[in-house]
Amino acid sequence: MATLQSLDLQRRSATSGTPPAARKTLEVAKLIDVSKCIGCKACQVACMEWNDLREEVGEVTGVYDNPHDLSPATWTLMRFTEWDNPDTGNLEWLIRKDGCMHCSDPGCLKACPAPGAIVQYSNGIVDFVSENCIGCGYCVKGCPFNIPRISKADNKAYKCTLCSDRVAVGQAPACVKACPTQALVFGSKEDMIAHGEERVADLKSRGYDKAGVYDPAGVGGTHVMYVLHHADKPPIYAGLPLAPKISPLVEMWKGLTKNVGLLGIGFAAVFGFMHYVVNGPNRVSDEDEQAAAKLKGDGT
Amino acid sequence: MTGSHYRDEPTTVSRYSAAARVNHWVTAASLILLALSGLALFHPSLFFLTGLFGGGEYTRIIHPWIGLVLLVSFAGLFLRFWRLNLWERTDNVWLGRVRAVLAGREEELPEVGKYNAGQKLVFWGMSILIIVLFVSGVGIWRSQYPFLRETLGIVIPIDQQRLAVLVHALAAIGAILIWIVHVYAALWVKGTVRAMMRGSVTGGWAWRHHRRWLREEVGARTPRRPAE
Repeated sequence: MATLQSLDLQRRSATSGTPPAARKTLEVAKLIDVSKCIGCKACQVACMEWNDLREEVGEVTGVYDNPHDLSPATWTLMRFTEWDNPDTGNLEWLIRKDGCMHCSDPGCLKACPAPGAIVQYSNGIVDFVSENCIGCGYCVKGCPFNIPRISKADNKAYKCTLCSDRVAVGQAPACVKACPTQALVFGSKEDMIAHGEERVADLKSRGYDKAGVYDPAGVGGTHVMYVLHHADKPPIYAGLPLAPKISPLVEMWKGLTKNVGLLGIGFAAVFGFMHYVVNGPNRVSDEDEQAAAKLKGDGT
Repeated sequence: MTGSHYRDEPTTVSRYSAAARVNHWVTAASLILLALSGLALFHPSLFFLTGLFGGGEYTRIIHPWIGLVLLVSFAGLFLRFWRLNLWERTDNVWLGRVRAVLAGREEELPEVGKYNAGQKLVFWGMSILIIVLFVSGVGIWRSQYPFLRETLGIVIPIDQQRLAVLVHALAAIGAILIWIVHVYAALWVKGTVRAMMRGSVTGGWAWRHHRRWLREEVGARTPRRPAE
C-alpha cells in the first residue's frame, strides 16, 4: 500500500536526504510471549482477515505449521517445534509466531534499490510501499530473518506491516487483538520491555532460569520481541537466529562498494579528461605516414 | 599510389572486417545499456536512469536479458581476437614504460603487434569480468530461480545470493573502469575510432602505434614467389 504517513518517516530506502523531523511518534513494539501461546492460530486468521489475504489451499507437510511457510499472502505463521529438553528429559512443544521483526536497523531497507519502496516510521514499523517496489528481491537478501516473500503474480515483496494502518490510528495490530491468552501484547517499546522483564522474572521463578527477552542488539533491537523460556538457545524455536545481524556481504555491498565504487568511476573519468588537457591528443605525424607509405613499398 | 602523395590520400590498412565491427558495436551498445541500467539500481542518486528503460520494474526485467546479449556478443569478439591478445615478452617491456605511453612518446616503446599490452589487458580484463558478471548475475536473477531449480536442479542458498550481489557490483565497477580506459584511449589516440567505424586505419597510424602489425600486414601482402 502507499504510505499515508509521510510525516513520520524515519528512513526511506535508496534515499539520501533528511527525514522529516517536525514530530516524533512513540516507539512501539509487539511482544510475543511464547510461554503463553497455545498455538490456536487466531493471530494468523486475524492477520488474513484484517489485511484481506487468502492463502491458497496447500498440502499437509506432516506438521502443524499451516501453511508450511510465510508467503505473499501469509504474513504471520505459527511455527511448531517438538524439542527434547536434554536437561529435564521432557518433550517440549515450542510454538513461535513467525513474521517480520521490524528491526531498528532493517536489512531489507538497506538492500533495497528503489527509492521509498521500504520505509521505517519513527514508531519503528518497517513497511513495504508496494507502488515503489520493483520486484528485485534484494530485500530478501538483506533480511537476517528470512521474512520477505516475492509474489509470483506481481513480483512485489510482501511481509507483515505490523498493521501500520491500525497503529497509525491508535489501534493494536490485528493479531494482538485476536490473541485469546495475551501471549501477544502491544504498546510502547519501553512498556513492552518492562512487561517482558516481568514475564521473564515469573518464568525464572518457575524454573526456567534461562528465560529472557529476545530483542537482538545485532539489528539494533526489534519492534517485535519474544519472551523465550530458553533465551540462551533461540534456534530451537524453529530456527530463530541466535545473533541476527545484516550479513557483512550486504553491508559491504551497500556500504563501501556503493560509494567508493561510484567515486572511483568518477575519478577515472576525470583523470582521463585531465590527461587529455595536459598531454593533448596523440596524433599521427606526417613522418609516420611517410614511413608507412615507404614500408608499403609504393608498389602494392 | 606513391609515398609522396600521402598528404592527399594516406595509405590505409584494413584492421577490422564488417562482421567484426558489427560484433563490436553490438557488444558496445549492450555494455553501455547494462552500465546505465545497472548503475541505476546500484546507487540511489542514479535511480533516475531507470527512466531510460521505462521505470524501475522494466529496468530490473531488461537488465539481465541485455546481459545475455552481451555474453553472446562478447563471446564472438573473444573468438575473433583471443589469439592476437596472447601475452608476449615485449608486452612486459611496454608495460614497464607506461610513463612513455601516457606521455605519447611511442619511440621509446618496443614495436607493437596488432594489440599493445594495454589493449590486451583491456581484452583479458573484460573477458574475465564478463564471465564473473554472468555467473554472479545468474545468482541474483530471481525471476529465473524456478527455471534453475526445475531444469538444472540448482538452488542458490541465501548467502551465495548475497555474495553474488557483492561480486556483481565489484565486477561491474571493474568493467566500467576498464571501459573508461578503452574509450579514452580510442579518443586520445587520434585515428583509432575509424578502425571500428570504417574498418581501416591510415598507414601512419599503424606505423606509429602498431608497427610490427603493419610490417606483418605489408609482408603478407607482398606477392610471394611462385612455388617451384
